[in-house]
Amino acid sequence: MAVIGVSLNNDRHPANVIYYKNNLRYPVKVFPVNPRGGVVQGERVFAHISEIPEKVDLAVIAVRAEHVSAILSDCIQGGVGAAAVISGGFAESGRADLQDRIVAIAREADFPFVGPNCLGIYSPTHMDTFFLPSERMVRPDPGNVALVSQSGGILVDQMIKFAQEGVGLSRAVSIGNKALVKELELLGYLAQDPETKVIAFYVEGFGKNEGRDFVLATSQCQKPVIVLKAGKSPGGSRAVSSHTASLAGDYETFSAVFSQYDGVVEAKNELEMVTFCESLSCYQRSIEGKVGIVTGSGGHGALAVDVCSAHGLSVPPLPEQAQDEIRKNLSLSVQTIASLGNPTDLTGSAVDDDFVFATSYLSRRPEIDCIIILLLPYLPGITSDLGARLSQVYYQERKPLVAYVPHVEKYRMLIEGFELSRIPVSPSIEGAVLLAEAMRRAKPC
Amino acid sequence: MLRTEINDILSASRELGWVLEPEAKRLCSLAGLTVPRFAWTNGEEDAVRFAHEIGYPVVAKVISPQVLHKSDVGGVVVDIDSDEKLREAFHRLSQITGFAGMLVEEMVSGVELIAGAKIDYQFGPVILLGMGGTGVEIYRDITMRMAPLKAKDITSMVRALKAHQLLEGYRGSEPISMSELTRTMVAFSDLVMDLEELIESIDLNPITCSSKRCVVADARIMLTAKKAQHVAGIPG
Repeated sequence: MAVIGVSLNNDRHPANVIYYKNNLRYPVKVFPVNPRGGVVQGERVFAHISEIPEKVDLAVIAVRAEHVSAILSDCIQGGVGAAAVISGGFAESGRADLQDRIVAIAREADFPFVGPNCLGIYSPTHMDTFFLPSERMVRPDPGNVALVSQSGGILVDQMIKFAQEGVGLSRAVSIGNKALVKELELLGYLAQDPETKVIAFYVEGFGKNEGRDFVLATSQCQKPVIVLKAGKSPGGSRAVSSHTASLAGDYETFSAVFSQYDGVVEAKNELEMVTFCESLSCYQRSIEGKVGIVTGSGGHGALAVDVCSAHGLSVPPLPEQAQDEIRKNLSLSVQTIASLGNPTDLTGSAVDDDFVFATSYLSRRPEIDCIIILLLPYLPGITSDLGARLSQVYYQERKPLVAYVPHVEKYRMLIEGFELSRIPVSPSIEGAVLLAEAMRRAKPC
Repeated sequence: MLRTEINDILSASRELGWVLEPEAKRLCSLAGLTVPRFAWTNGEEDAVRFAHEIGYPVVAKVISPQVLHKSDVGGVVVDIDSDEKLREAFHRLSQITGFAGMLVEEMVSGVELIAGAKIDYQFGPVILLGMGGTGVEIYRDITMRMAPLKAKDITSMVRALKAHQLLEGYRGSEPISMSELTRTMVAFSDLVMDLEELIESIDLNPITCSSKRCVVADARIMLTAKKAQHVAGIPG
């Protein structure tokens, strides 16, 4: 990797931050470039990309916008594989001409670059072109969800949420002005990427007809695709002369088209985005949405049923005979007070074994294709082992399991019992229902 | 041949920016859509003669290049069942700005739907189906798909409407003809794909559907501005 634009006297220059972090913390071999040459961190600064003694796979360009086209030409000449143009000062600030020029140069040479006006690429344990000092970044665990974002800020924020919710990341790509490489190309790349199982996009808008190409491509993609669209409110008071033009606003059209195709799931907000990523990173499969709820509190069960019905998930009642079957296997103190219709309310007197039995039993019921466990770790009969024990039920029965556990430090072991076994956990009841909803909306793989 | 006639209608309307209703209906008819029997009349006698030909009751509408929304200016008279009422309507409509004649057409009855099309910047041609009439923007009971539509899309679009039961025969009413609706929507979608470069949006509102047929009772075709130029969006 070459980092072009490294400053000899400003350690906080974006190029320096990028150079330092890759030099010190990643396996990638990285070369600093500045026309004046010199030394940074005790390493030689190359005056020109052609002086680098090895083949460069990626050039990270962080110089002033007006110099980018010349540097891009140098990279092409020097046989560089690709570039990430971090620099701003292009179409986003009225210099569409500069942007058009670099696109023309790259197209002619069939040379790919991301940006300009972006953070570039973060590939956990491999490399990182984000100009954010490592100690400021929150890095989720390496995993199988790829994030692609038009906004660098949203991308970094999503990474924080991934870390909070225990969602693993395979790649994060900030595409900024997406002058050349756009959502469509990255979809194609990530569809083939062996480390990626789920592909999520934050989109502000597509170029002319590019939304059509993108959505058609998602229907060919074998992996679940999640899209969060910003800009849902109608833009200004545009005079509209037909009913159709008025009803089919930008967002309405976006949402309608995305619901038309199986290959793509629209996340309506950030909560849905991170929750859908979490769920589909564990389960790349589709369900009809017939939910069994196991709870230690009637109130939690009732709230979960409300959210399920708002999302079009059903909570089918259990026949009497099934309820009897569960009841006679529960602990004595629970048998007489549990309410087992679905939600299966084991009450505050339940112990671990009651949860395990009820969950196993529901996993075998044909009328149910997903189980939501509402776990209240403060109940006296519940131990910290329950997360890991319930996870094993999934691996025996293979019916998708999701859980709600309040996210506070003292319940950490319970939560990790689920998460380390790849069972998704949400800090809210609504979130737990959305974990199930993700599978209902995803297409079968 | 058909395409030539359709193009002629559109080029003649280019200056105005939209297509006058009788011409829009002729265009729909050329595209295989069912329209009511209609005539562009220029005088009372003309109107009465045509009304006798198709039989009362009839509808009368103002034709004016200055009136895009006819209802807003009282430019639509329905349930006309006599020569006298028809003459009266002609009198009244002829006072409206830009009066260029009066459309006389057969009254149709059934469930009112809207079929719409828009050439979306990001997604290209999209087709809308919804509960129609003048309240369409209040009820907003609509569904959309990217064109071109296939027959099976129409079934799922109808199912996506809140009021779909009204189309399937609600409390003793006859269901609308799904085969006619499907034929109409697919023909409309084909037309929109053909005219993608020339149009901005189309309202067929209402399309009046009964158990026998779906009739385009009004059509509004908005054309692209002559020098429409799109500028790529810039991210924030």
